[in-house]
Amino acid sequence: MRKKSTLMFALIAGLGTANLSMAVEGAKEPAGRTVAFNKAKGNCLACHAIPNDPKAESPGNIGPPFIMMKERFPDRNKLRAQIWDSAVANPKTAMPPFGKHQILTEQEIDQVVEYVLSL
Amino acid sequence: MRRRLTAFLACLFLGASLAANAGPAEDRKALTEHYKQRLPGVKFEDYVLGALALNKDALDQYESIMIFPPFVNDVDEGRKTWEKPFKNGKKLASCFDGGGKNVAGNYPQFDNASGKVVTFEGALNACLKANGEAELKYGSTVMGLLVSYTKSLSDGMKVNVKVEGPAALAAYEKGKTHYYSRRGQLNFSCATCHIDNVSNFVRSEQLSPMIGQAAHWPEFRAGTELTTLQRRFQQCNSQTRAAPLEFNSEEYNNLEYFLTYMSNGLPMQTPVFRK
Ligand code: HEC
Ligand code: HEC
Repeated sequence: MRKKSTLMFALIAGLGTANLSMAVEGAKEPAGRTVAFNKAKGNCLACHAIPNDPKAESPGNIGPPFIMMKERFPDRNKLRAQIWDSAVANPKTAMPPFGKHQILTEQEIDQVVEYVLSL
Repeated sequence: MRRRLTAFLACLFLGASLAANAGPAEDRKALTEHYKQRLPGVKFEDYVLGALALNKDALDQYESIMIFPPFVNDVDEGRKTWEKPFKNGKKLASCFDGGGKNVAGNYPQFDNASGKVVTFEGALNACLKANGEAELKYGSTVMGLLVSYTKSLSDGMKVNVKVEGPAALAAYEKGKTHYYSRRGQLNFSCATCHIDNVSNFVRSEQLSPMIGQAAHWPEFRAGTELTTLQRRFQQCNSQTRAAPLEFNSEEYNNLEYFLTYMSNGLPMQTPVFRK
C-alpha cells in the first residue's frame, strides 16, 4: 500500500500537472475542486453555479454557470487564461485575476482548470 | 444692443453655472436610470431598504422585527450622551438648528474654511470641542450610540447633501474616484458589486443598489451589533481583501460624501435592523 502511494506520488511528480486528473482519479476529492470551493482560494461558488456538482450549494449568479465546459472551452489555454486574468477578455469583468494577482498558485490554477473541464 | 448683451451675458452665466453643477446632478441621474432599468419592480423610495427591497420574505421579517426593535436600550444610551450637560451648562443640542431635529440629512457637508468634508460625527465632535469638552473617538461605541440616537431625531428626513463650489466638487470627485477604483488582491471596485452587479447574488448575499445605501445608519446587525456606515466600508474592503482605511480619514469622508449625495431626496430610516 505504501509502495503504491509512493509510486503514485512519483507518477504525479513525474507527469507534472497536465495529467493530474488521471492521477487523482478514484480519489475522494479532486484537488481542483477543493481549491475551487475554498473561500480563501478560488471561492468560485461566490459567483458561479455548478449544476452537476451536488455539493455546490447556494452559489452566486454573478458569472455564468459551469456547465458543458469541455465543449465551451475546447482550447484549454483559453480557459486557463480566463482564470489567470479575466480582464484580458473583459476589462469591466467582476472576476478576480487569480493568476495575475497571485490569489492562486500556477499549480492551483492548473488543478482548477482540470476540475472545471470535468463539468 | 444693450439688451442683447445682457441676454448674452445671462446665457454665459447660465452656461457656466450649469457646467459647474453638471457633475454630481448628472451622475445621480445616470445612476437612477441604471437602477430603474435593473430593478424595474422596485420603487425609488424603497432603495433605502437596500437588499431587503429585493426580497419579500426578508422584508417581512425585517418589518416584524422593527415593531419592537431589539436595540431600543442601546439607542437610549446614546440619548444620555446627547442630553448630558457640558461644564458650561449647554448641551450638544445647542449646536444644531431645531435642537438637532431633522438635521442629520444635511450631512456630510463641505466646510470651506477647513477645505474638508465634515460628517455628522464630525459635527458632533466640533460641537464638543467648541464647548471645551473632550471629543469622542471615531468608530467608538459611545460615538456610534450617540449617532444612533441623534440620527433617530432625523428619521424620515430627506437626505439633502449639497456639493457647491470647486473645493466641494473636488472632494466629491475624490469620493467618486474611490468608488470606481479597483483595489486589493481581488481587484474589485465598489461599483463592481453595487452598480454593475446590483441584485445579483454573491453566494447567498443579494447586492443592494448604492442609491439609498447611505440613508439608513447606523445599523444594528443581528439585533444589537452596532455598525456605522464607515464600519461597513471597512467590512466591504476587508471582505474583498483590500486594506480598510481609518474612521474619519479624508478618503472615507470623501467617499461618504459622494455616496450620501447619491441618496439625496430619499427619506432616512434611522437606525435600522439588519441581519
Ligand atoms: C466575484 C465573481 C467571480 C468569481 C469569484 C469567479 N468568477 Fe468566473 N466569472 C465571473 C464573471 C462575471 C464572468 C463572466 C465573464 C466576465 O465578465 O469576465 C466569469 C466567467 C468565467 C468563465 C468563463 C465562462 C464562459 O462561459 O465564458 C470561467 C471559465 C470562469 N469564470 C471560471 C471561474 C473559476 C474557475 C473561478 C474560481 C477559481 C471563478 N471563475 C471565480 C465572475 C467570477
Ligand atoms: C465583492 C462584492 C462587494 C464589493 C466589492 C463591495 N461590497 Fe458593499 N456589500 C457587499 C455585500 C454582499 C453586502 C451585503 C448585502 C447588501 O446589502 O448589499 C454589501 C453591503 C454594503 C453596504 C450596506 C448596505 C445595507 O443596506 O446595509 C454598503 C454601504 C456598502 N456595501 C458599500 C460598499 C462600498 C463603499 C464599497 C467599496 C469600498 C463596497 N461596498 C464594495 C458586497 C460588496
